[in-house]
Amino acid sequence: MSEMDKNNPDKNIPAVEVEDMTVAYREKPVLWDVDLVVPSGVLMAIVGPNGAGKTTLLKATLGLIKPAAGKVLIYGRPYPEQRQLVAYVPQRGTVDWDFPTTALDVVMMGRYGHLGWISRLSKNDRTIAFEALEKVGMEKFADRQINQLSGGQQQRIFLARALVQDAQIYFMDEPFQGVDATTERAIIDLLRDLRSSGKTIIVVHHDLQSVPEYFDWVTLLNVRKIAGGPVDEVFTEKNLRAAYGGRVGFLGLTLTENNSVKKD
Amino acid sequence: MFSFASDLIFDYTLRTVAMGSAVLGMVSGVLGCFAVLRRQSLLGDAISHAALPGIVLAFILTGSKSPMVLILGAAVAGWLGTLKIISIVRMTRIKYDSAMAIVLSVFFGLGLVLLTYVQKTPQAAQAGLDTFLFGQAAAILERDVIVMSIVGAFGVGLVLLFWNRFKILSFDPEFGKSLGLPIPLLEVLLTSLLVIAIVLGLQTVGVVLMSAMVVAPAASARQWTDRLGMMIFLSAVFGAIAGIGGAVISSSAQRLPTGPTIVICISLIFVVSLLLAPNRGLIWSWLRFRRDRKQLHLDAVLCDLYSLAMHHDNRHHAHSIAVLRTMRSDRGGGGVLKSLEELEKFGWVTHISADNWALSASGIDQAMKVAASIGKQPE
Amino acid sequence: MSTLQFEIQLLAAVVAAACALPGVFLVLRKTALMSDAISHSILLGIVLAFFVTGDLSSPWLVLAAAATGILTVVLAESINRTGLVREDASIGLVFPALFSLGVILISRYAGDVHLDTDAVLLGELAFAPFDRYELFGVDLGPRSLAVMSGILILNLGFIIAFYKELKIATFDPGLAAALGFSPLIINYALMSVVSVTAVGAFDAVGSILVVALMVTPAATAYLLTDRLSVMIWLSVGFGVTAAISGYWMAHWLDASIAGSMAVMCGVIFGLVFLIAPQQGLITIARRRLRQRTEFAEAMLTIHLSHHEGRPEEKEESALATLYVHMHWDESFTSRIARRAEENQLVVTEENQLILTDKGRRLAEATMAL
Repeated sequence: MSEMDKNNPDKNIPAVEVEDMTVAYREKPVLWDVDLVVPSGVLMAIVGPNGAGKTTLLKATLGLIKPAAGKVLIYGRPYPEQRQLVAYVPQRGTVDWDFPTTALDVVMMGRYGHLGWISRLSKNDRTIAFEALEKVGMEKFADRQINQLSGGQQQRIFLARALVQDAQIYFMDEPFQGVDATTERAIIDLLRDLRSSGKTIIVVHHDLQSVPEYFDWVTLLNVRKIAGGPVDEVFTEKNLRAAYGGRVGFLGLTLTENNSVKKD
Repeated sequence: MFSFASDLIFDYTLRTVAMGSAVLGMVSGVLGCFAVLRRQSLLGDAISHAALPGIVLAFILTGSKSPMVLILGAAVAGWLGTLKIISIVRMTRIKYDSAMAIVLSVFFGLGLVLLTYVQKTPQAAQAGLDTFLFGQAAAILERDVIVMSIVGAFGVGLVLLFWNRFKILSFDPEFGKSLGLPIPLLEVLLTSLLVIAIVLGLQTVGVVLMSAMVVAPAASARQWTDRLGMMIFLSAVFGAIAGIGGAVISSSAQRLPTGPTIVICISLIFVVSLLLAPNRGLIWSWLRFRRDRKQLHLDAVLCDLYSLAMHHDNRHHAHSIAVLRTMRSDRGGGGVLKSLEELEKFGWVTHISADNWALSASGIDQAMKVAASIGKQPE
Repeated sequence: MSTLQFEIQLLAAVVAAACALPGVFLVLRKTALMSDAISHSILLGIVLAFFVTGDLSSPWLVLAAAATGILTVVLAESINRTGLVREDASIGLVFPALFSLGVILISRYAGDVHLDTDAVLLGELAFAPFDRYELFGVDLGPRSLAVMSGILILNLGFIIAFYKELKIATFDPGLAAALGFSPLIINYALMSVVSVTAVGAFDAVGSILVVALMVTPAATAYLLTDRLSVMIWLSVGFGVTAAISGYWMAHWLDASIAGSMAVMCGVIFGLVFLIAPQQGLITIARRRLRQRTEFAEAMLTIHLSHHEGRPEEKEESALATLYVHMHWDESFTSRIARRAEENQLVVTEENQLILTDKGRRLAEATMAL
């Protein structure tokens, strides 16, 4: 694939295809034979109860953990060839926020993937990073030490870092976890912007209530895939029960006439 | 002081020892930063102990006690020890701290067995291998300093070359992996550099104290800055200062061993950093705390006076300090007079008579400002 | 075996047992390296008490050393509590500083006295029996044997008396606090025990090898059992075994007894690491191999049930192309398919794999995990 194609993949091919993904920790299966097809240009949530393997699915897809079986295609080609098309936002809690570095510096880390072994970041990289900070409304905090930022601000920095990767597909692990309402709004606006410019976004999400409002595509997961597809079709009580067992009653969801679930 | 300086220049032994210690301090300062940031502070201790059998074996195998040979042996053993720690943690449920303790003590025990075994052979009489326990800085030759400098420069050079990658490895390795960076390879490289830094120092400060040279410069430097680059630079400087300082001080007195003196120097630098470093230093945060508390006091007394004034036709009517004290009685009513005097300096209150104080016009403005800022301070 | 040899071995065994007892809790509480820190910094306490009393056998030495051990813990925790330095770095800052002070004091002021740093670090068990403990002119055996036996009894008493508290504070500090005994006090009590033990053991085995005797037997036992009481007895057993076999190893090589004891600790750990029934390398390797095939069989049935009755079934279950869909290599795939057929999980019809009822049940059961 030429450089040109990389930035402009054929949107008729699914953005992500995961086939037969099986992951085991110490021989205990956490994901069983999951198939996933994510069409280009959707904003998709992966939901499921705790321990359902949501984060595992994300990490296995990105090659961060080794699956027992499974294959990943990004726009029709194996993942390692297409790494440049993919950006990743890990959970905020996985890093040490007392690390001696600034917000801008963290964002610049997103550019390392575009670098050769010896080369250094250029002025251009810096400009791109600063623009990304503006997009998440954090430009005033560019030189701020990262431990002086609130949880929501830290999350925005992580998003900005993914933005500078200039990717086609964004994988995000619980970006709404522990953020304030303003940040949640800002993030969802940003995700919609990305979608309207043709990007594909896959979000591990834990708040069922907001699924119909935020997302247009959903995958229900509980060790194996329960259902996947457009939110209107798939986000039904039957599927939720299958994913969550009897506990779905506690989720405070009410059913609409066509049996899809709407927010209270 | 002057004589120290001239000694440093003209005394060959002191100059060599000081230079050697400075190089050691710089190299371990640089690599220690990554160890501290990656929460591997105590790995340095484990590596330095684990190096002992390597030193003795290198001597047994080659019959040479040239520093280069012994350092090579130390490096191999230190490296094997690190590997062993990693494999114990990966393959069993034993945690990192226990794995380090096991490797540290068992390797050291093996070194001790070999050492006592070898000391009974005739050639070992002059081996002086046990100097590696506490180091023997005085025995450093110019040639050793050159070797240390070359190896150290190589290590620091690699850090500079892979700067961005080591940074991402230390901050967010998983994200680095998602970018396609060879994270495991970088990890091996960085740990190997730490092993090199440690074995370089064994001859000077010895097995037991080497871990301080890894941890203390980095932990001190972290207090002064919020930038990785600056932290590493400062850490190198602190390490070098401690090295030179320790060498000079120990040469100035009888029976003052160099290694422990260097460690005391770097520990003092740490204490000073912990107390005095701007922003993070404990003294500053204590002063900040006091200032905030005092400000809170002033605001409280001002507001009390304001609420008294509001209940009176004449806002500038004088009120008795006794009343104000009663209003502050939850804190024992102390310090009110002091606060009033402070407020008077700003021109916000006026001392009318012996025990009576009144709000000035600007004081009313100020009180309203304070009240407003308290009103919208849920954050 | 001479009386001397017997006494040395007895002393070694008592030291090992006394160390193994608190070691269990260090390993479980993930503070193993605290033993390293404490065993180093007690040097300062010993030196200071020696300067005051001028007597190396004064009981004040033990108390002062234990106090420095506690001081180490307190200092490291207060540095850590500032939030400016992490826990591991705090430990790494405190003990080298205290130890350095001790070394400097010895070199400067105690050069001629029998208190040299080598002995503190390395210990020399072989000389211990020459320092006898006499009462009214009756020889009661080596002084260090008496001291270490006392410490062993103290440790045993501590663990028996506070067994429940130690257990809860170790496994569930939150619950301990809720039940009204502070995990902090338990922690300091444990650290005091570690300090006293380290002091007692230091002139027998030296401070660094105290770490070997505290941590390694306990970690070895941890590979074998989940039960605290069993773990305690096992670690004492391993410690004593290492002590006695270490003595004979040293005897045979004419090398350091303390070093040999540490090496034997390591050898025992290595053996158990290899052959432990649940956690051992060999067991794990065999279990992996067995599970890999069982796991693959289950995956095959799940794969087939997934596509059963779907339009793509023919394609997904064709024997010839199965390996493509399973993403296994070809020979592994055919081996698994053969095994699955032998186990009556599938049948082959026209080169298609078709699930039997048994196979379907296995798929369902596995998914329900």
